[in-house]
Amino acid sequence: MAMEPKSWGRYPRVSGQKAHPVTWTSEPLPVPPEGGSLLPHGLGRSYGDSCLNAGGSLLTTERLDHFLGFDPATGVLRCESGVTLDGILRLVTNQGWFLPATPGTKFVTVGGAIANDVHGKNHVRVGTFGRHLRRFELVRSDGSRRVCSPEENRDWFEATIGGLGLTGLITWAELQLRRVSNPYMHQETIAFSNLEGFLKLTRESTRDFEYTVAWVDSLARGRHLGRGLFHRANHAPPQFTARQPSPPRLSGLAVPFDFPGLALNRVSVTAFNALHYRMRNQGLMHYEPYFFPLDSVHHWNRIYGSQGFVQFQCVVPPNDAGVAALKEILDRSAHSGMPSFLTVLKTYGDVPSPGWMSFPKAGYSLALDFANRGERTYQLVDELDRLTREAGGRVYPAKDSRMSPESFAAYYPERERFAQYVDPAFSSSFWRRVRGAG
Amino acid sequence: MKKVLVLGATSAIAQATVRLLAARGASLYLVARHAERLEAVAQDARTRGAARVEAETLDLDDFAQHEPLVERATAALGGLDGALLAHGVLGDQERAQRSYGETEKVLRTNFLSAVSLLTPLANRFEAQRAGTLVVISSVAGDRGRQSNYVYGASKGALSVFLQGLRNRLAPAGVAVVTVKPGFVDTPMTAAVKKNALFASPEAVARGLLRAVDTHQDEVYLPDFWRPIMFLIRSIPERVFKRLKL
Repeated sequence: MAMEPKSWGRYPRVSGQKAHPVTWTSEPLPVPPEGGSLLPHGLGRSYGDSCLNAGGSLLTTERLDHFLGFDPATGVLRCESGVTLDGILRLVTNQGWFLPATPGTKFVTVGGAIANDVHGKNHVRVGTFGRHLRRFELVRSDGSRRVCSPEENRDWFEATIGGLGLTGLITWAELQLRRVSNPYMHQETIAFSNLEGFLKLTRESTRDFEYTVAWVDSLARGRHLGRGLFHRANHAPPQFTARQPSPPRLSGLAVPFDFPGLALNRVSVTAFNALHYRMRNQGLMHYEPYFFPLDSVHHWNRIYGSQGFVQFQCVVPPNDAGVAALKEILDRSAHSGMPSFLTVLKTYGDVPSPGWMSFPKAGYSLALDFANRGERTYQLVDELDRLTREAGGRVYPAKDSRMSPESFAAYYPERERFAQYVDPAFSSSFWRRVRGAG
Repeated sequence: MKKVLVLGATSAIAQATVRLLAARGASLYLVARHAERLEAVAQDARTRGAARVEAETLDLDDFAQHEPLVERATAALGGLDGALLAHGVLGDQERAQRSYGETEKVLRTNFLSAVSLLTPLANRFEAQRAGTLVVISSVAGDRGRQSNYVYGASKGALSVFLQGLRNRLAPAGVAVVTVKPGFVDTPMTAAVKKNALFASPEAVARGLLRAVDTHQDEVYLPDFWRPIMFLIRSIPERVFKRLKL
C-alpha cells in the first residue's frame, strides 16, 4: 500500500515511501526496493525526518504489539517493539508500576523510545529510557538475530540505543519499570521572572522533586527574558490512594483540520503566553494530564497549518557559556517576529546513557516550536543551531529537520564508530542528510 | 463467555477479541497453525489478565482433529461456554475461476471446516443447555458479485448454516452469533487499497463482544453495512447482473 507518512512536524515532506507492515517478530525482513532502503517506523512522533525514508520502505510496527510477559513482583516487562507507552501504562499503573522515563507523549512505541533514547522531566534522577532496558532483540537485513543487553552483544546494545532505527529492527524488548503507590502526581507551579529565576529554582528543586520542567514565555524580552512557570512534581505518596481525584475522561477533542497559516501570529501567541503565565496550581492530579497534556487533543500539530512546524531542541552545558547561549537563543527567537508557541526548558543530569548516540547530556535543554514560514524560519533555526554548536551543546535528532553534516559531526563524536553498526540495507532521510549524502 | 475456544486465534479480529476477553479475565483455548505466532498471542493474553490460556498448534483443514480438539479444549478449561470461529481465507477469485481446486480450498476452509467444528460444539452446547457460538462470516456472503463470489459463496453458505443452527439451538438457550464484517484492515486485506469503508480489527472486536453481550443474532460491523447490504440485496437481479461489482 502506497502512503505518504509524515513526521509529527510535517516538515520536511518526503515522497516515494512504501509501507511494509511487520506483523510477527519471526518474519524475515523484506528485501529493500532497488536503490531504496528500510527504516523502522512506529507512530511517527519524531518531528523532523529521522522517521522518514524518501524513496525507501518503512517497516511499520503497529501490529508488532504483543505483550510477552509482565512480572508484577519485579516490574520486569517484556513486549514487542510496536507496543506503545500508553499500552504499557494502561497495563501496569493499576498494579503499582510506572515507566521509569516518560517523554511528553504516550503515543510512542517502545522501539521508537529506544531508537531515540527518550527522556523525561526526571532525567537528573534516572537518565534516559535506554538506562532501564534489560534486553532486546535486533534483527538485521542479513537475517541474523541478536539478543542485546549490557552483558551479551553489548556493542550492539549501545549502538542501537539512540541509534535512530538504523542498526536493524528491534522486535521485542525487556524493561525494568519503577514502583509507584498510585496513578497520581503531586505537583506545584511557581512563576519565575527571568532565566536566573529558573536556574535558582532548578537548583533548589532537584533534591526534593523528581520531576522538574519549565515553560517559558517566548515573547518576553529585556529584563523579563526567560520568564516562565516552573513545574515540579513527585509521584503521590501512598496516603493519597484513598482520596483519588477521578481519572480524566478522554476528551475526544481533536483538531479537525489544518488551521489557516495566520492563526499563530504574534497576537495570539502573546495572548496565550500572558494567560499561561498567570496560571498557578498546586496539588494532586492524575498522571495522564500531568505527563501528556497535549495528547488529549488529537492532531494538535494541525494548529500550525498545512506547512507544519519546525521544532528545535538543544542541550547546552551547565556553565556560563551554556547559560549565555540560552539567553542568546531566547533573545533571537523573541526578536525574530516568528514566535515559538510552546517553549520548554529542562535540566539534564549526568546519569550516562548506554547509547553512543544518545542526545541528553548534563546541562539545560531548550525546546522551541516554530510555525513553518519557509526560508525565514529555516534561517532562524540554522542560527540557533550555530549558537548551540559554539556553546558546546548538541541538537536532538528526534526533533531536528535542519542540522548540517558539520553540526552532526560536532554533536555526535561517536558517529563513525556508530556508522559501522548501521545495517547496510537501512537508512533514513535524516541519516542521508547528516552524512552529506543528499 | 468465560471459557472460550478460539479458532484461528492469530487472525487480526480474533487477536483483538482475545485481548478484550483476556482483560475480562476469561479462560482461553487458542488454536492456530503457526506455533511462534500463536505463542505471541497466548503470552499477550496471559499478560493482559486472562485467567488461563492454553494454546494448541493445529491446521484446521485437518477435519479429523475437530472432535478431539473440542474434547481437549473442554478438558483443559474445565468446561466450555463459548467458541469463536475466526479462521478463514480470502482466496484468489481469478485463480478460482480458472481452477476448481482453488474454489474447493476456499469452500473447505471457510465453510466445511466451520461446519465440521460447529457440529461437535453445537451438540455439546445443546446438551449442556448453555453457550455462545460466535462465527465470523462476511458481508460478501449477502450477495454474489463477480469480483469475489467464491469467497462470497463460502461465507453465504456459512451464514445460512448459522441461521438454521440458531433456529435449532434457540430452545436449548444456546446463542449463535453471525458476525458480518465489511472491509477490515488486516493482513488478509494487505493487498487491497484502503478507503474510508475500512474498519480496524479492534473496532470489529468491540462490536463483536457487544453483540454477544446484548444477545444479538446477526451483526454487521461496523453497523453502517446493514443499510448498505440491505440496498445491495434489494437490487433486482436483472439490474444487478449488469453492474460491475
